[in-house]
Amino acid sequence: MNAPLRRIRLNPKPAALAVLAVTLALWFGISAGAVFLGRGQSLDEAIKRGEYLARVGDCIACHTTHDGPAFAGGLALPTPFGTLYSPNITPDVQSGIGNWSADDFYYMLHTGHSRDGSLLYPAMPFPAYTKVTRADSDAIFAYLSSLKPIQQRNRLNELRFPYNSRSLLSGWRARYFREGEYVPEPKHDAVWNRGAYLVQGLGHCGTCHTAINALGGSSEDRAFAGGLIPTQNWYAPSLTLNKEAGLGEWSFEDIASLLKDGLSSHAAVYGPMAEVVHNSLQYLTDADAHAMAVYLKTLPEPRESRSPNAPRGATTVSASVLSRGHAIYNAHCAGCHLSTGRGEPPGYPPLAQNPSIQMESAVNPIRMVLNGGYPPQTAGDPRPYGMPPFAQIMSDEDIAAVVTYIRVSWGNYGQPVTPGEVNALRSAPLLD
Amino acid sequence: MTRHAPKLLPALLLLLVPFSWATAPVVHPGKQGPPDTMAARVQGCSTCHGPAGEGTPNGEYPRIAGKPQGYLFNQLRNFRDGRRSYPPMNYLLAYLQDDYLMEMAAFFASQRLAIAAPEASRLPAAQLAKGATLVRTGDAKRGIPACMACHGKALTGINSGIPGLIGLHSRYISTQLQSWRSGTRSANKPDCMRDVAMRLTQDQITSVAAWLALQSAPIQAAPAPPGRWKTPVPCGSQPQ
Repeated sequence: MNAPLRRIRLNPKPAALAVLAVTLALWFGISAGAVFLGRGQSLDEAIKRGEYLARVGDCIACHTTHDGPAFAGGLALPTPFGTLYSPNITPDVQSGIGNWSADDFYYMLHTGHSRDGSLLYPAMPFPAYTKVTRADSDAIFAYLSSLKPIQQRNRLNELRFPYNSRSLLSGWRARYFREGEYVPEPKHDAVWNRGAYLVQGLGHCGTCHTAINALGGSSEDRAFAGGLIPTQNWYAPSLTLNKEAGLGEWSFEDIASLLKDGLSSHAAVYGPMAEVVHNSLQYLTDADAHAMAVYLKTLPEPRESRSPNAPRGATTVSASVLSRGHAIYNAHCAGCHLSTGRGEPPGYPPLAQNPSIQMESAVNPIRMVLNGGYPPQTAGDPRPYGMPPFAQIMSDEDIAAVVTYIRVSWGNYGQPVTPGEVNALRSAPLLD
Repeated sequence: MTRHAPKLLPALLLLLVPFSWATAPVVHPGKQGPPDTMAARVQGCSTCHGPAGEGTPNGEYPRIAGKPQGYLFNQLRNFRDGRRSYPPMNYLLAYLQDDYLMEMAAFFASQRLAIAAPEASRLPAAQLAKGATLVRTGDAKRGIPACMACHGKALTGINSGIPGLIGLHSRYISTQLQSWRSGTRSANKPDCMRDVAMRLTQDQITSVAAWLALQSAPIQAAPAPPGRWKTPVPCGSQPQ
């Protein structure tokens, strides 16, 4: 997939290269190790490519606080096991990765071990990043090394017993981690393989779109079938071929535009996916967005006969709830989403046959009604339309009724929701 | 109907909803997407602030219609960037850029609505008088400038960064002053209103909020032009 690589030593023995090496080492802030450059590629180009790849990997999302300097870490990452704090990955020698080599960086991405050998917590998506090629890892490292060093000490993690023992991670790794770069599948073409590499690797889509169990692990047979994102209380929909809940009915263009623009004729992104589009996917080249779409369109449905996203047949709903929901819908929703639920795409997304609305978990439609939202502003959607929040003016009973109405109307096959489910989500964090 | 009907009622209330439960599709021939207007785009604001930015009658959500564009733009950025903390606003604006926030600000700034009638106050006249003094002359002993020195003689604000203070509820004004004191509201540095709020006593906050809410808005409530005037203290929101 990549051009043959040449290796440039940054501290080479031959005297003729010493000046170059010192220059590069100073520039990079690297004391040892080597960076691979593609044939005919300059460091400038590697840095530029690294910047693009760091965006695809969305490193900034976790390694930057809301108002702090980029990549200086310190963001609190709440997990069911306690709070982790992301480390500083600027090239500061004392507090960042200024002492790291390209080897150290690749070793960390590839094996999930830090430079000192300690095991990384899987909040760092190394089970996905292990698939990243050495050349791409080096480009990202070259980019991070080119940044202004920021001195900011890493905060200690606050994990509860027994999760505060890193030795537990060995068991987790044995069960859930398969080390290894992405190996192209010969039966598929280069575009498909590029998409698979990005989705499974840097894109780490499975981190949210594959359900995780109580141990924070994900099982391969449920890959990309969707799951609740713990602590954030949003549901990551299925990306599989499932016609009702997944991407089976979507065209390549629809998928690519959802990734790059944040909306398509089927849906718009909100919540955590809005952040992913904002930080990461809006910067995809058209070719990479298309490649990801090509790969996603071939994801098989989970092997289990009854997917949690599959239709469950007719739904019994109390007529009083339904008529209350219908009245609220007409008063507050039909103005944009129309009485048919078809909306006016792309600005007013359709509710009929919208996968995110019908899934087993109702957290997404409940949260949309409670909190509203603006999709991210992107080149493809420079002036987004906003969904109003209703938490301030509607009771739990009203929201449950209208969400129930939306989930069972126009051929939608979702289950009714209760006022209790709505109430529980009123206190969900709005921004992580 | 038979006498068994009441017993059947609960059963009738449970309907089997088939997939086809739907009204007949409505076709909009020749119509593509939503209206291409700012009014359609800012519906995310309308449940709380009203479709034209008129605010809620109880003062919980303030009027934003007719406020200076620069002031509204600064507030949108302050919410997006976390200088003002109110999670529902922080969430809505998180992934919008300056150019679009400026358009939103322009939309609400251009709305000219009749300003709500003054609010009655149960405070004693002596306390209201303290509020009036603060507004007109400030409190030199505590280093507090007069409200009018920055917000304009008519208290309708100055273009483009300084908001008007009339047509707001006392509850809203006092909450904002408290927010500055507690740090959940801040602005571009130097944050002049923070300095002022930190010097106010609780009694002064109550008095000034009540007096301001008592005032009727002039017919022309638009912000005054900046002219050659200077703020008495440096303000990051109205750089000079």
